Amino acid sequence: MPADDIDPWDDPTAKPLIRFDRVTKRFGEFTAINNLSLNIFETEFFALLGPSGCGKTTLMRMLAGFESPTEGHIFLSGQDLAPIPPNKRMVNMMFQSYALFPHLTIYDNIAFGLRRQKTPKAELAERVDEMLNLTRLEKFAHRKPDQISGGQRQRVALARSLAKKPKLLLLDEPLGALDKKLRQETQFELMDIQEKTGTTFVIVTHDQEEAMTVASRVAVMDEGQLVQVSTPDVIYEMPNSVYVADFIGDVNLIEGKAKKVEDGIDLNWAENQPTLHCKTNKSVSNGQICHLAIRPEKITIQSDTPETKNKVQGTILDIAYLGNISTYHVQLSSGHVIKAQTSNTRRIARRSFTWEDTVWLSWTETAGIVLDK
Amino acid sequence: MKRYSWFNVTSLAAGFAFLYLPILILIIYSFNENRLVTIWAGFSTKWYVELFQNELFLDAAWVTLQVAVISSTVATVLGVMAAYVLIRAGRFWGQTLFSGLIYAPLVMPEIITGLSLLLLFIGIGLDRGITTIVLAHTTFSMCFVSVVVSSRLVLFDRSLEEAALDLGCTHWQAFQLVTLPNILPAIISGWLLAFTLSLDDLVIASFSAGPGATTLPIRIWSSVRLGVSPEINALSTILIGFVTFGIILASLISKWKSLSNSTDL
Ligand SMILES: Nc1ncnc2c1ncn2[C@@H]1O[C@H](COP(=O)(O)OP(=O)(O)OP(=O)(O)O)[C@@H](O)[C@H]1O
Ligand SMILES: [Mg+2]
Repeated sequence: MPADDIDPWDDPTAKPLIRFDRVTKRFGEFTAINNLSLNIFETEFFALLGPSGCGKTTLMRMLAGFESPTEGHIFLSGQDLAPIPPNKRMVNMMFQSYALFPHLTIYDNIAFGLRRQKTPKAELAERVDEMLNLTRLEKFAHRKPDQISGGQRQRVALARSLAKKPKLLLLDEPLGALDKKLRQETQFELMDIQEKTGTTFVIVTHDQEEAMTVASRVAVMDEGQLVQVSTPDVIYEMPNSVYVADFIGDVNLIEGKAKKVEDGIDLNWAENQPTLHCKTNKSVSNGQICHLAIRPEKITIQSDTPETKNKVQGTILDIAYLGNISTYHVQLSSGHVIKAQTSNTRRIARRSFTWEDTVWLSWTETAGIVLDK
Repeated sequence: MKRYSWFNVTSLAAGFAFLYLPILILIIYSFNENRLVTIWAGFSTKWYVELFQNELFLDAAWVTLQVAVISSTVATVLGVMAAYVLIRAGRFWGQTLFSGLIYAPLVMPEIITGLSLLLLFIGIGLDRGITTIVLAHTTFSMCFVSVVVSSRLVLFDRSLEEAALDLGCTHWQAFQLVTLPNILPAIISGWLLAFTLSLDDLVIASFSAGPGATTLPIRIWSSVRLGVSPEINALSTILIGFVTFGIILASLISKWKSLSNSTDL
């Protein structure tokens, strides 16, 4: 990779747009954000992911200025945000509830922020029209928020928060209320807008697929702390902990005792079963309890004995048919249930396996990953 | 089941008769030709004409109107401020006590409110007149405004104000441009409520009125003690008209409010 193509988060000289420096936020006795440090760079599309109540909204509200950190500092372009009130920050937030002003038309909603900064009339009209265009809302400009659909309202909220050209746009579960199709459309629209405007986005979402689709980097949070911050593919393929592996996507977790061997780790996971081998340069101590994490789509299911080293035999307990793919739940003689996925390239009538069939599951030495926490 | 059953119609009629028969009789007799209130002698509007020539009543009406307008306006300003602080300021020390104190006058016997105000006015040496009535009415109607406005504020989505701040408003601008337009119907109905309360208050006004200023209810009450004159009937009819108008307006406004409530998200 050429040097100028290096991603900013891998570049130690890059200046972050947002810097959380050991930020702690307490509500009374309760610690919502716990000693959190994080850098977010210009033009990133940064996704925050985590279970309900882990502090995502709190993090956003601190950026927007509605909450202030109990300890630590937040910097925007190197400037400490603490003394700056919400209305003076170059940050706009798109609220989960949209928070459109019910007494104003769509046009006036979008123009609201521009009017506060005394934008000249001609420029204001031009900017609002541009926003209406971008979000395809021209036809609804003179309606009130209660006269348009939920998806349109969501786009108004987006247009309103974009109108002032903020350096940073915060989106708190922006697409939560939309149906799947509209959500996907809007995700691409968001990415498009982000590319066109060069704004930095921070998005909170409960939907991990959404995070994977839109984000340049994903942060997985738990109880006010960051567990892993990485690009979507790293988060998915190389989670740093059982927590992340389990939180993102479907995964089989096999617990066992690790043994260091020449090119990786052997996992002794059940009586009377061959050890499982995983190629890795991770170092573990012999006998340490580890988990082998392996994604269902990386497991092959077949009726003949496979050639590979990692193989187990079991009977099909359940089949979940999802249209494009099927997930087989296979019970091993040890009692473990392993999920394996196949894509349905054939019509359902010609499926090769059915309930109670005895099958072999196998995977390569590099398909899984050993996690020690 | 039949909706218009014999039982339903009778109980409805009985209920309404109980409520409105006295008022209806009063209205009818205000158009009575005869000076004797209880004997009908034909239709006439002469008592209305006489009423409008009676200086005492006209003065009292003018005082009442001034008092009602000023006190309800001041009460609305104070009530809105109190409601806003109680609903919006978040938890603060002594909040429960403070809100209890604001709503206490709702259940306080009027006679006690009146008496304590009287003592206060005497204590600080304030001459009783229009000013004292205005102060007294402001005091007791403010809590009504506050109740009406805070019930609307509770429903008002707080993130709307945050959105306004986020888009560059100061706190005052956010209130003015976003909160105020949205709670305006509640403020108007609060004002109307305070206005009508002030218009027909007798007890508190008698404690705070002085020789210089007498309100209409006091004037009516004192002249009735000398015997009911048809003029009083005419006057009461006009008052009923005013109050009815006020109540209808207030309910129309709150209906409009709840309608726009149900359509906003
Ligand atoms: N004003 C507050 N006072 C007290 N506790 C609060 C306050 N705001 C948030 N919390 C607590 O802080 C924690 C984090 O809240 P936050 O809203 O950030 O969660 P979240 O990650 O956004 O959750 P969700 O995904 O459900 O929106 C929660 O346990 C919440 O109860
Ligand atoms: Mg949240």
